[in-house]
Amino acid sequence: MLEIKNLHARIAESGTEIIRGLNLTVKAGEVAAIMGPNGSGKSTLSYILAGRDDYEVTEGDILYNGESILEMDPAERAAKGLFLAFQYPMEIPGVATMEFLKVAMNSQRKARGEEPLKIPDFIKRVKDAASTLEMDFNMLKRPVNVGFSGGEKKRAEILQMKLLEPKLCVLDETDSGLDIDALKIVSDGVNALRSPDRAIIVITHYQRLLDHIVPDTVHVLYKGQVIKSGDKSLALELEENGYAGIIEEAA
Amino acid sequence: MNMRAEIQRTPAEAAIVDAFGERLSLLPGDGAVMVKRDNAIEQIKAGLPTRRVESWHYTDLRRLLASVPAFDASAEAKPIAALLEGSTLLSIVNGVSAATPSVDGVTFQRLGDKLVDGSYAPALVTYGIDDAVGALNTAFVADGYFVDIEDGAQVEKPIELQNIQAGGQVHVRLPVRVGAGAKATIVERQTGEGAGLVSSVSQLLLGDDAEVLWLIVQDQPETATHLAQFKAELGKNAKLTLFVMNAGGKLVRQEIIVKASGEGADFKLRGVNLLAGDSHVDVTMVLDHTVPHTSSTEVVRNVVTGRAKGVFQGRINVHQVAQKTDARMACNTLLLSDDGEFSTKPELEIFADDVACGHGATVTEIDRNHLFYLMARGVDEKTARGLLVRAFLAEVIEELDDETVVEPLEELLTSWFATHA
Repeated sequence: MLEIKNLHARIAESGTEIIRGLNLTVKAGEVAAIMGPNGSGKSTLSYILAGRDDYEVTEGDILYNGESILEMDPAERAAKGLFLAFQYPMEIPGVATMEFLKVAMNSQRKARGEEPLKIPDFIKRVKDAASTLEMDFNMLKRPVNVGFSGGEKKRAEILQMKLLEPKLCVLDETDSGLDIDALKIVSDGVNALRSPDRAIIVITHYQRLLDHIVPDTVHVLYKGQVIKSGDKSLALELEENGYAGIIEEAA
Repeated sequence: MNMRAEIQRTPAEAAIVDAFGERLSLLPGDGAVMVKRDNAIEQIKAGLPTRRVESWHYTDLRRLLASVPAFDASAEAKPIAALLEGSTLLSIVNGVSAATPSVDGVTFQRLGDKLVDGSYAPALVTYGIDDAVGALNTAFVADGYFVDIEDGAQVEKPIELQNIQAGGQVHVRLPVRVGAGAKATIVERQTGEGAGLVSSVSQLLLGDDAEVLWLIVQDQPETATHLAQFKAELGKNAKLTLFVMNAGGKLVRQEIIVKASGEGADFKLRGVNLLAGDSHVDVTMVLDHTVPHTSSTEVVRNVVTGRAKGVFQGRINVHQVAQKTDARMACNTLLLSDDGEFSTKPELEIFADDVACGHGATVTEIDRNHLFYLMARGVDEKTARGLLVRAFLAEVIEELDDETVVEPLEELLTSWFATHA
């Protein structure tokens, strides 16, 4: 489903290279974990996948279902089924969450040639999704993420993911800022989305999240490259021994 | 000898002076009114203000007023539907008022009648030497409505004062007295068809404990010149919320002159300025806190597209005796084009030592982080930008906190965006 080939990318403004020859393949149905020390390029990778124009791809390609997405803007990528759950979801004053959800869902439907949702159907979907995440529906009448706690913002990201039903989900440090109960709810939300035709990339620092969302593959990112790949036992090994050994081994 | 008199008049100045000579016999008014008119035209003869006059620094009226249309008594226009549902509608079409309705607790009079009998003469005062809008209006004002709301009247239906120009010149006045403890919503609608020159002066006298929401909605065609003044004086514990929306016009100057002269008075200004094409829109406020314990807040939000130029000048004078004044002013602008411009000049002049006053101004583009977030959810760039710009403006409108007012204003936003963005 996703093939990243020899990707090189830099910060557009400063020219600093962050991703330096990254290769990664994720198949449909797979849950892939990307781990790595601070500054290894994990969040940058998630932004590049989503199409943020602060980064410039200088070499290599990203293929999504065999098609290069490098020339697509973030909205086109989203309409094709790519979803990024932000590490730090944006607060947008003045835009009501319900209005935002409706516009987002209908924009994607429109891009796919589908009819816009009828209002009662839309509201029912949001209510159902919110209740499985134990979110107060009244919160969604507020502007997007404004006044939400860290945990509420992360739940709101997963709510959007449930409603938009993407094919490729990228979760950037979704566990940060969550207490153990919230972690469980969010993880259950993600696990409910596991399906043979959907891939999920979980970016995280810690093994903790992977106890709840058990990955099929684990990839270690260091200095903009994947230096080691393995199955879920790799994450446990990292938890025990840290990154130093693997980094040395790769060097 | 007056040196300024020797300055060669611009075509617009000449046209105004000539028009006065031609119109004089048609202008209503007793001797006292006519003296006021003569004085006013002398002020115009001395020249329209230029950028060298401080209060006109960003709007060089002498240069910007390129031409002046003739009066056109035969031009036709029609009243339009009221902005708010169930309003009492009073229209002035091509400068002429109509028969007045009857509403409990409210007296309406055609202003032309009050000029003819001279009862309005004392109120024909200009605001200092640089008051070109007041002078132009005083020289030519022929009609309008006088509204008197009696003490304690709770006027449930909004009153809409509608000024519809038809391409020629129109000069109107809208004096409103709101008695002690009375409550009302007043809509001042400024619109029309064609390249008209409009001057309009509103005068609001707010009694003790009175409460008024006044909405100015200006959406003149992009060829019109609109010169307007809103003057208000607030009694003890009086509350005035003034909402101004500018969504049209080629050359627009909206002056707001408010005196908080009763203890406990509260003034709120909320403004939305939508600028497109090569329009020039200037909102200039002078607010005086003249007694202790008064408060005011001003929030003005602007969106600039095309080659438009916008101006906000906000001057707050806190008089020496006006201790415990609380005044806050903010002016925020979204610049959506490279050729657009916005100038903002906050001025606080504070002579009291125990006050809380502040101001802030920002000029920004759309927040790229917000745009990315919306697009990452599949919202295309144009729609995402539209959502963010609307949100920026809607925050000010929604603060009015009354659906019957918020919805029609948001519809105006929608229709402006449909044609301009």
